[in-house]
Amino acid sequence: MSKNKSEYLINRHDNQYEVVIGLEVHAQVSSQSKLFSTSSTKFGAEPNTQVSLVDAAFPGMLPVINEYCVKQAIKTGIGLKAKINKRSIFDRKNYFYADLPQGYQISQFKDPIVGEGKVILDMPDGQKEVGIERLHLEQDAGKSIHDLDPKNTFVDLNRSGVALMEIVSKPDLRSPDEVNAYIKKLRSIMRYLGTCDGNMQEGSLRADVNVSVRKKGSKDFGTRCEIKNVNSIKFMQMAIEYEANRQVDLIEDGQKIDQETRLFDTKKNETRSMRSKEDAHDYRYFPDPDLLPLEVSDDFIENLKSEIPELPDEKKKRFIEKFKLSPYEANILVSDIETSNYFENVIKKSDVKLATNWIIGELFAALNEKNLEITESPISAGNLSKLINLIKDGTISGKIAKTVFEQMMEGDKDPKKIVEEKGLKQESDPKALEALIDKVIDDNRDKATEYKSGKVKLFGFFVGQVMKVSGGKANPQLVNEILKKKL
Amino acid sequence: MSIDLKTIKHISKLSRISVDEKKAEKLAGDLNSIFEFIEKLNELKTDNVEPLTSVAETTLKLRSDKVESKNLREQVIKNSPKENEDYFVVPKVIE
Amino acid sequence: MSDITIQSLSLLVENIKSKKLSSSEVTKAFVDRSEKSKELNAYITEDYANALNKAKMFDEKPNLDLKLPGIPMAVKDLFCTKDLRTTAGSKILNNFVPTYESTVTQNIWNEGAILMGKLNCDEFAMGSSNETSFFGNVQNPIDKNLVPGGSSGGSSSAVAAQLTPITIGTDTGGSIRQPASFTGTVGLKPTYGSCSRYGIVAFASSLDQAGPMAQNVKDCALLQEVISTYDEKDSTSIDFKRNEYSKELTKNIKGKKIGIPKEYRVDGMPKEIEDLWKKGIEYAKDCGAEIIDISLPHTNYALPTYYIVAPAEASSNLARYDGVKYGFRAEGENLIDMYEKTRSEGFGAEVQRRIMIGTYVLSSGYYDAYYLKAQKVRKLIKNDFDDAYKKVDAILTPSTPSSAFKIGEKTNDPVSMYLNDIFTVPVNLAGLPGISIPAGHDARGYPLGLQIIGRAFDEQNILNIAYAMEEKINFKNNITDWWIK
Ligand SMILES: [Mg+2]
Ligand SMILES: [Zn+2]
Repeated sequence: MSKNKSEYLINRHDNQYEVVIGLEVHAQVSSQSKLFSTSSTKFGAEPNTQVSLVDAAFPGMLPVINEYCVKQAIKTGIGLKAKINKRSIFDRKNYFYADLPQGYQISQFKDPIVGEGKVILDMPDGQKEVGIERLHLEQDAGKSIHDLDPKNTFVDLNRSGVALMEIVSKPDLRSPDEVNAYIKKLRSIMRYLGTCDGNMQEGSLRADVNVSVRKKGSKDFGTRCEIKNVNSIKFMQMAIEYEANRQVDLIEDGQKIDQETRLFDTKKNETRSMRSKEDAHDYRYFPDPDLLPLEVSDDFIENLKSEIPELPDEKKKRFIEKFKLSPYEANILVSDIETSNYFENVIKKSDVKLATNWIIGELFAALNEKNLEITESPISAGNLSKLINLIKDGTISGKIAKTVFEQMMEGDKDPKKIVEEKGLKQESDPKALEALIDKVIDDNRDKATEYKSGKVKLFGFFVGQVMKVSGGKANPQLVNEILKKKL
Repeated sequence: MSIDLKTIKHISKLSRISVDEKKAEKLAGDLNSIFEFIEKLNELKTDNVEPLTSVAETTLKLRSDKVESKNLREQVIKNSPKENEDYFVVPKVIE
Repeated sequence: MSDITIQSLSLLVENIKSKKLSSSEVTKAFVDRSEKSKELNAYITEDYANALNKAKMFDEKPNLDLKLPGIPMAVKDLFCTKDLRTTAGSKILNNFVPTYESTVTQNIWNEGAILMGKLNCDEFAMGSSNETSFFGNVQNPIDKNLVPGGSSGGSSSAVAAQLTPITIGTDTGGSIRQPASFTGTVGLKPTYGSCSRYGIVAFASSLDQAGPMAQNVKDCALLQEVISTYDEKDSTSIDFKRNEYSKELTKNIKGKKIGIPKEYRVDGMPKEIEDLWKKGIEYAKDCGAEIIDISLPHTNYALPTYYIVAPAEASSNLARYDGVKYGFRAEGENLIDMYEKTRSEGFGAEVQRRIMIGTYVLSSGYYDAYYLKAQKVRKLIKNDFDDAYKKVDAILTPSTPSSAFKIGEKTNDPVSMYLNDIFTVPVNLAGLPGISIPAGHDARGYPLGLQIIGRAFDEQNILNIAYAMEEKINFKNNITDWWIK
């Protein structure tokens, strides 16, 4: 058995194996045009309509770098607390493939734009630091479509040349859960920075997953396999589980693990060797003679630093210190920039504690049910704030508030109007309540007698009856007080 | 050093140029005489020399993030030896 | 020879500007002569009808303020020309019609010149004799069965034979200067970054430069003035203050210090080359220049360096010719089979050889020993020039170690073919400007050239020196029109 809850170990016979994972995340830079050409990066266009002569590698066409993409990469580096390299070099990675028009990918090999950094993960048993090895800029390839024709492969070059940041982690991850937390954290940081939209369905975030296993306690790394281009967190986790177990089985069987590139088959839930990549993995990197060294000045970097917003880790710290949130609550609220913005808008004019509960509880549940993002919430931050104030000042009870909330979810209405229109205002007039209570006691004489003879449990029954007769509007605190006196 | 047929086959594979036995032998001969001549560089000690990639003593100029290229699909696939309306077409790729 | 085609570019411009000649007359003269000169095989693609048509249009509305008003011109088939086939001398681009124009040719058309056709060249500019072209040998108008040099062999032949008043070539290791020397014409390789590479079929990106080829230095200066512009579409284009080379041209080179590098006295160099060089030194002195002995100690390492750097870059630059997007495709059972057959059938032997060399020197395990080593030696070669230019303003050398050779003479010995570029290659490696001017004849009457190498961006200075020496040399090309029946 493992010592702490989150430790992920594979047991075989008497041996315990630890899994060592490193990720190469490919994050699409948010930009209008491509890294080295002026065609659009918009998702979902008709095939081959966003392809320039540069992207399709016509003779004599030359790359010219997009300044914004350089800035985006540096900003991301700053967000990863990483070293920014003032001089970096673009290299050619040479290989042949139908969707690689130049016959090489322009990437950065020896001198990347961003060096070592780190990312902090919040795991159930505490924080974990994951090292970042480097971040470099490179071109995306096009898309090969194999299933439109029995004899041919079709090639769409719309993605060809789109800017990617390849973010390489150190082999610091130890479980599928940590991988989940890592990807989400990276995504969150980049979304805060506006450098990558993190949209995994559209392929804006993919990862090559490097997996190896070793006996627990061992300091040496085992032979690793690289699972290429996995495009969802769930698949990454499944692929790791499958691959780690496959490797353990091989070791237990006394067999050798081949260092190789593998592919995750999402239908069969297994990884398998990609022989097609094997015979030509001598990439013959060399500096691209069409591009000079990229140099950025201290001023250039300082200017970008001044544009960096408060990032999730800092925001979390502030939420805990300033608003007295629990780490759990703070984590949830800072996880993406939109949620934290929403939260901060709500609490501008209303109670923090109530706001936290309503956002994490009711709002998230309701959005989840409708499959909506916080940015698509039918209830604006302003109106949620109003609703919370109605509770706080006693205009409505928490229970009535839920009814009002449900109505608000149907379309963004001012909660005050809903309360007025539907007459949902809380009854807090003692006289009116006394009359109501008298009537309830009168209608339930026998129960009142039983109560007096010691069956105190019946108090709840009377509260319930009063609330029912008042249509839920009676101020529950007052009802309690008056009932106690009258019974 | 000498470049053997196995090496020729390997680099022809990397270059995606098919070679038969006869061509490989001719290439091996040519390359060996060329490399014999290239080996002259070994006379020089270069341990402390900075490699020179480009003689242009300047750095990369940056362009602004503007979309200027319009839809060139017709232009781009017009020259293709095989295409349909929308795509470049190549023999089936087996993963 | 027609009295029009013997005219220099400068004279033709003058005659068109003064309306002594119309563009149509000039164009027709060069088209007629080109038509009669098919045996030279200088053209790959002719566009005469269009040229005559454009000339007519020019004459209808002549803009005489332009630098090349209505001047017809053929260019090396390495420049992409919109709507006109561009082959780079290769089967693999046999049917390629660009939808775009290279910056250099665009600059030329912007000044009023008219395209007559595309000139033959070695396949992808890889060669020194124009024998690697898929479209066949080019004859040197000096003598039948003599190579015109390469890779801009169609260009040198066409200028020497007066099929075009002027032309442009490209020079990666000597491809402008060597053919100029072999044909008795003038060729300038500008400083790296002076002319945009946009739209030029790439051979070795860190070495390639376009440049003018002409009958005389003044014409060369004028064309250089037109083609050299800063271009945002080429990241290696350099934004420096460009002279008006033809206007600023002067024969006054008094006091200029000219260096004579002792390492260019190579083993086995024919005596006539040695003599030519000595004569050149005397001419330079006559012009008032000061001669200074200098040393470029790494000269002997330039060719081996070049034959690593250029093929390495070429192996990658030519990866895009894969039968997918344009050009020739051989049928294959699967993608890899298609690639291998396409490239094996589409590229000629020399191109395949260089791709193999390049692939090898970049491949894992060999990168440091070859490619990295070559980059370091390239640095040493550049340092040699930097040191020399502390003492001198220009360097004078022979352009080539021999005069033109016979077709077929060197095709089976790649190394002896490569040795042709021994004097020109160091200039490309260091990114400097170099000009070859005709300076004499060998015993058989074949032309021989001298090379003047300048500081980076100092084209004006070497043009001036060439201009002054040209007058003293007073070279006459012996061309008999033997090919015109
Ligand atoms: Mg990878
Ligand atoms: Zn990558």
